[in-house]
Amino acid sequence: MKPTTALEAQDAVLDLHTLTPVSGGSKPALSTPSEGSTPLELSDLCGVLDYIPEEFTFTALAGTTLTEIQALLSAHNQYLPFDPPLAQLGATLGGTMASGLSGPGRYRYGGVRDFVLGVQFVTGAGELVRAGGKVVKNAAGFDFPKLLVGSLGRLGVLTELSFKVFPAPEAYVTLRVDFPDLEHTLEGLTKLTTVPLDLEALDLDPPDTLWIRFAGLRDVISSRLERVYAHTGGGHVMQGKSELGMWRSVRDFAWVADGWSLVKIPITPSRIPAMENELQSSEAIRRYCVGGNVAWVAWPADDDKLDNLLRRLSLVGMRVLGPYGRVFLGIHSNTVFARRVKQALDPHNRFPQLD
Amino acid sequence: MLADLTKLYPSDQLLTERAHLIPYESDGLTAFRARPQAVVITESQEDVVETVRMCHRHSVPFVARGSGTSLSGGALPHQEGIIIALNRLNRILRLDQEQRLAIVEPGVANLDVSQACAPHGLYYSPDPSSQPVCTIGGNVAFNAGGSHCLKYGMTSNHVLGIKAVLPEGEVVELGSQSLESVGPDWTGLFVGSEGLFGIALEITLRLLSKPDAYRTVLAAYRSMEAAGEAVAAVVASGLLPGALEIMDNLTIQAVNQSLAAGYPADAGALLIVELEGETAQVEAEFIHLEEIINNSEPYSVTTAQDDAERKLIWKGRKGAFAALGTISQAYIVQDGVVPRSQLGAALAEIDEISARHGLRVANVFHAGDGNLHPNVLFDGSQEGMLERAEALADEIVEMCIRRGGSITGEHGVGMEKRKHLASLFGGEDIEVMQRLHRTLDPQGIANRGKMFPDSLTALP
Repeated sequence: MKPTTALEAQDAVLDLHTLTPVSGGSKPALSTPSEGSTPLELSDLCGVLDYIPEEFTFTALAGTTLTEIQALLSAHNQYLPFDPPLAQLGATLGGTMASGLSGPGRYRYGGVRDFVLGVQFVTGAGELVRAGGKVVKNAAGFDFPKLLVGSLGRLGVLTELSFKVFPAPEAYVTLRVDFPDLEHTLEGLTKLTTVPLDLEALDLDPPDTLWIRFAGLRDVISSRLERVYAHTGGGHVMQGKSELGMWRSVRDFAWVADGWSLVKIPITPSRIPAMENELQSSEAIRRYCVGGNVAWVAWPADDDKLDNLLRRLSLVGMRVLGPYGRVFLGIHSNTVFARRVKQALDPHNRFPQLD
Repeated sequence: MLADLTKLYPSDQLLTERAHLIPYESDGLTAFRARPQAVVITESQEDVVETVRMCHRHSVPFVARGSGTSLSGGALPHQEGIIIALNRLNRILRLDQEQRLAIVEPGVANLDVSQACAPHGLYYSPDPSSQPVCTIGGNVAFNAGGSHCLKYGMTSNHVLGIKAVLPEGEVVELGSQSLESVGPDWTGLFVGSEGLFGIALEITLRLLSKPDAYRTVLAAYRSMEAAGEAVAAVVASGLLPGALEIMDNLTIQAVNQSLAAGYPADAGALLIVELEGETAQVEAEFIHLEEIINNSEPYSVTTAQDDAERKLIWKGRKGAFAALGTISQAYIVQDGVVPRSQLGAALAEIDEISARHGLRVANVFHAGDGNLHPNVLFDGSQEGMLERAEALADEIVEMCIRRGGSITGEHGVGMEKRKHLASLFGGEDIEVMQRLHRTLDPQGIANRGKMFPDSLTALP
């Protein structure tokens, strides 16, 4: 089944007993259908429907690739501030929204949840529904657009999405700062998150490196770096192509070995030491993005071991890359609220279960 | 049920006498009134949970209420139900400077959060005009906005987690303390659900670092059109101001009269633009902004030179709604949204609608978001005037829909805009929302009658 319109997607949902919406396939651990579930391929449901640059909003079909949208926006000096990952690997707008993934640059203005304005989707009962809108501020009706962020095709099939965008920064500069050890690195991170600096990204590369990204007007960006030196005592400056390339490889997970699992783990900076304590002797490669609010952990194999580890730490992880298997690892339970929402939007269990 | 409540609460926590109930009959939207059977003044989260469970057992509707500042009738009582008052649940349970978050009870006033974290250089960003009194619980229920949503968003963009009691009495925890999450955004769904999904007991708020520097500019224009064009020019320039606000001459007069704001009295429109951020960036942006403003043909431009001057500019803006009371006996405020590129045309249409209905409309609004606030002024003591004002306001809302906007930017649907919901959304859209509502609240007891045009139960 390869619908090219929302109505065809609606028909497909009604025709299929059980289904899993898939699109670009850039996140195989999330998009591989479970046994007995038919893939509903949405990559032909694509195209930008509406883009008025002076509105700073656009509407596109769910299967539109991020690269198409980014090219369109950048021609008007605009960008997606939530810095979506895996664009170079074919990620689509709908897949980004359904997986709820944002990149390191979401540190500045917020994640995909903070930029989605409206959505059209097919419920598990086969209704084609709109919610939210196309204007940047809206408080009418239940916020289905936010609900569907991270919903992994469990609550509906996304067909059309509206987003707000921002003016693109004129220039970027990154500062790499090395510290003696993890403790000092975390101290540095805390300082930088609590002083009034408008950082674009702030990543911790364990055990002892911080990556600090600035964005803004070209004329003053260097002088802004000096504010950071007061807290870090210096650092290595990166600019230009190498800087852009470095962040692209972070965001597109070029650092994850083929065949490994990549797990997204929401965390807070204060819990990083406990996690590092568990992981430092393992083969896992990790990076803490968004000021220490998300751990990306690349894991060679054996999800059970990581599952146990996350349970000990009372954390939850979602597998994004790697072979098909469990989606959630660690402590993951659904509240009665979640179960009721699922029941209302997918009464016949056409879509995969929440866990 | 009243007998059960009497067993649970001392008389100072349970109001049942007419004289005590009258203050609760309406909220910030006085056009609607209903007297509840009782008011329970809760003092703890347990009180709230127990009261909700009792309402569930007895199938009695309840309305949660903070300070009663809703402009959409969101806290209007149900005449067969009770009010659960949350003002005494006003503790800030945790303030974490390092993680930049606060965990608060629903009765904490919006501004109290910013004041409590100010010593740490932090603030809570959403800033409705009623922020000295309106509560976080109400902000969450109606996804409140304010003058600074352009850059950092509304309430829902600042809530990380919620502990809530659902309509059937279960207590759930949604979200976490992290900025990131996996799985569906349950917290995002709860925010703005207008009390239909239950009552928030604890809310985890994201705090921001106070900017180094502000540049606040007040520009006066001969006409609203000119101010609207200036907004379009600022937005198109690639600057991202923290706030971009407009008010018209009628509002300027009201504000000058009641607040001595000292705004240019003869201006056709005033524009407030505020840049915020790191000093070096803000100063560089300010050079661009000055150029744009000077090219937009203002007849006077003032830039706040210090914090006191900045506060004075904002005092007039934040006090504008209350100030309208000095020039009109009564008014209705709408908060529809239009695409930003249609602001000028929308304002011209409001003028035309206003003239046709023979009632004055004062405009003071979040121009950068396209979020209008037309205040329809009328004399409520004259028979039939409320209906005339409502007819005018309805036309404005329908105009917003026609232009591809929304019926509400930040006040919520509540009672006031229920009738417009079906113009904004299709029948099936609303049916799915209602199915979700019924699944979470089969008896329809939580804030019964709000948001949906045809609710489960007849309205008072």
